[in-house]
Amino acid sequence: MSSDVFNSCNLPINDQACISLGHGSGGKLSSNLINEFFLPYLGNEILNELEDASVVTLNQDNIAVSIDSFVVNPIFFPGGNIGSLSVHGTINDLAVRGAKPLFIAASFIMEEGFLLEDLTKIIQAMQLACRQNNVKLITADTKVVNKGDCDKIFITTSGIGLVTANDIPSVSKAKVNNNILVSGDIGRHGMAIMATREEFELESTIESDSASLYSLINLILASDIQVNCLRDITRGGLATVLNEIAMASGIGIVIDESQIPIQTNVAALGEILGIDPLYIACEGRFVAVVDEIRAQDLLAIMHSHPLGTNAAIIGKVVDDPDNNVIAKTIIGGSRLVDTLLFDELPRIC
Amino acid sequence: MEVLRPFRDEIKAKSLIDNIKALTTKPVNIMEVCGGQTHTILKYGIEDLLPENIKLLHGPGCPVCVTSLEAIDMAINISLNKDVIFCTYGDMLRVPGSSMDLFKAKALGANLKIVYSPLDALKVALANPCKNIVFFAIGFETTAPANAMLILQAKKLNLKNFFVLCHEVLVPPIIASLLESKESNVQAFLGPGHVCSVMGLHEYEHLVHNYQLPIVVTGFEPLDILEGIYACVQQLNNNGVRLENQYTRAVTQDGNIPAQQAIKDVFEVCDRKWRGLGFIPKSGLSLNSQFKDFDATIKFKVDNLDIQESKECISGEILRGLKKPYECEFFGTKCTPLNPLGATMVSSEGACSAYYKYRQSKLTASP
Repeated sequence: MSSDVFNSCNLPINDQACISLGHGSGGKLSSNLINEFFLPYLGNEILNELEDASVVTLNQDNIAVSIDSFVVNPIFFPGGNIGSLSVHGTINDLAVRGAKPLFIAASFIMEEGFLLEDLTKIIQAMQLACRQNNVKLITADTKVVNKGDCDKIFITTSGIGLVTANDIPSVSKAKVNNNILVSGDIGRHGMAIMATREEFELESTIESDSASLYSLINLILASDIQVNCLRDITRGGLATVLNEIAMASGIGIVIDESQIPIQTNVAALGEILGIDPLYIACEGRFVAVVDEIRAQDLLAIMHSHPLGTNAAIIGKVVDDPDNNVIAKTIIGGSRLVDTLLFDELPRIC
Repeated sequence: MEVLRPFRDEIKAKSLIDNIKALTTKPVNIMEVCGGQTHTILKYGIEDLLPENIKLLHGPGCPVCVTSLEAIDMAINISLNKDVIFCTYGDMLRVPGSSMDLFKAKALGANLKIVYSPLDALKVALANPCKNIVFFAIGFETTAPANAMLILQAKKLNLKNFFVLCHEVLVPPIIASLLESKESNVQAFLGPGHVCSVMGLHEYEHLVHNYQLPIVVTGFEPLDILEGIYACVQQLNNNGVRLENQYTRAVTQDGNIPAQQAIKDVFEVCDRKWRGLGFIPKSGLSLNSQFKDFDATIKFKVDNLDIQESKECISGEILRGLKKPYECEFFGTKCTPLNPLGATMVSSEGACSAYYKYRQSKLTASP
């Protein structure tokens, strides 16, 4: 510090590194946090895989286990609420590992003053989501903290599923010349949430894509098509998932921007807010990587299911030692599609 | 989106690129003034589609990048006052000050509110009468009218708890300053479309006349950029220079006169220090004498700082078009968006950040 500008501050200057919001974005900072702080102490051969759900073998059965926390704001949004989201998110993490979701455990942290009426709506949404997917919530915990110590309600859910797929899809199994498919139009969940936030004062018709992907994925896994990777698209959006696949599989990916399905209102809101929909969270979409000769068959299966009507082949796997994801732009140029660095901040002019 | 589609048409883009290629016989350096234009060029991969002898230089028109280090330190200092709610655009949070950024100030307890419109800051002031609300008013002539309206409203409401930290800057003086410099290698400009939609074309006619080089006021979609480049190349080939308006759907000769009036009512032209570019006379706007009560630098006594920029950052040369981001030895290594040495790596409109985001790994293969 070259001047005494801070001497009048009411708080001490502190150079100690600390958690910032970017560490929770699902992008590069989150990845750094996991690799530099969690894995050195807690890592093992299963956790180190960093899959959506880990698969362990117990008495010759392959069991998939996942865990996720939900802190969405607002807790009620067009197309769902924090309760339905928590069940769908857990089911999806299990389904993309080729597992049939069976059981869920849930923990609820609530803020003093949180309305019981709102809690009821959330629990009813969880009930409905569990019933629709034949999943049982088998254990739960509740905690209440002082007003201001959390924001209304945070939910943590863990899921258990039985792996039915013979060859378990994995983020590390993409091969050169495989095709990349996305199961539907991207970015709806994140944009629905953004549009609800009061500071934007927007009126929007965007509904979250929050949904259980199990029935669609089950349809795919029951077919004779060998799917190499399945990954549900959540925080960090499509771009981040493609980078995770490229890194874990040691390959490169080229996508054609004009083939990526995006609802017009999602793209338009992205333009207004200065946010690239490639980085916006979905909660009911996944990426599938498959041998190119079966790509059209897989697309046909997706199109036959209500959750896959907008599915599309968006690109292919290429040989690239740098593991880049490159987009062919709509005017014929090309650009790098990097992992999300931190939450996108709107441009100011 | 239907509105935007015609400006992103691949066939029209190809035809424009063919036309540009046919006309470009000698090396040409064209500078786009605005950060938004830089972003479009990188996002759509436009540079790779152009003939090799067209070099696009990325100009100083990113307001986050040119906000001085002193202003960032003032913002941090003010934000750390316990009775202050500091309202700012999100892009400013990660801009490095001399010892920290606003994000760090937030982690240390500063009450920061990200706003998307200046008038949001007014709502914060009305809702928090016991706090002092400070708005970080940065930007070019594009943000100045809205900031002026904010201050006029605050005066009308007789708010005593509302202040602005003003770092408004002006485009024509910085263009003139770049061209006055002996090292300037710019042969034509893509002019600032949004600034001209407010200010009209008169100031840019003077620049063309004084410096005898083409300025084509250009929009922000890929076809706008290509049309702007085509117009520059045409002019340079014909050896005749004039002001052209490519962005006719937004820019008129006289601009937005009520907006210009609001700027005149609230601000006065002042000398200003730009980050990376130094002190430029008559290149900024500050509150005029009628509105000094709203000046946060007076209220919080943070004026007259003089701080030195990190010597490792070459953003000044980048903002003058003398170097490309990848010509910096720290680009992508010591300086990344997660750990920026300078502001051009921070803002979504900064040239270094755009190169890092859209081109970083290709650089090792083909700079």
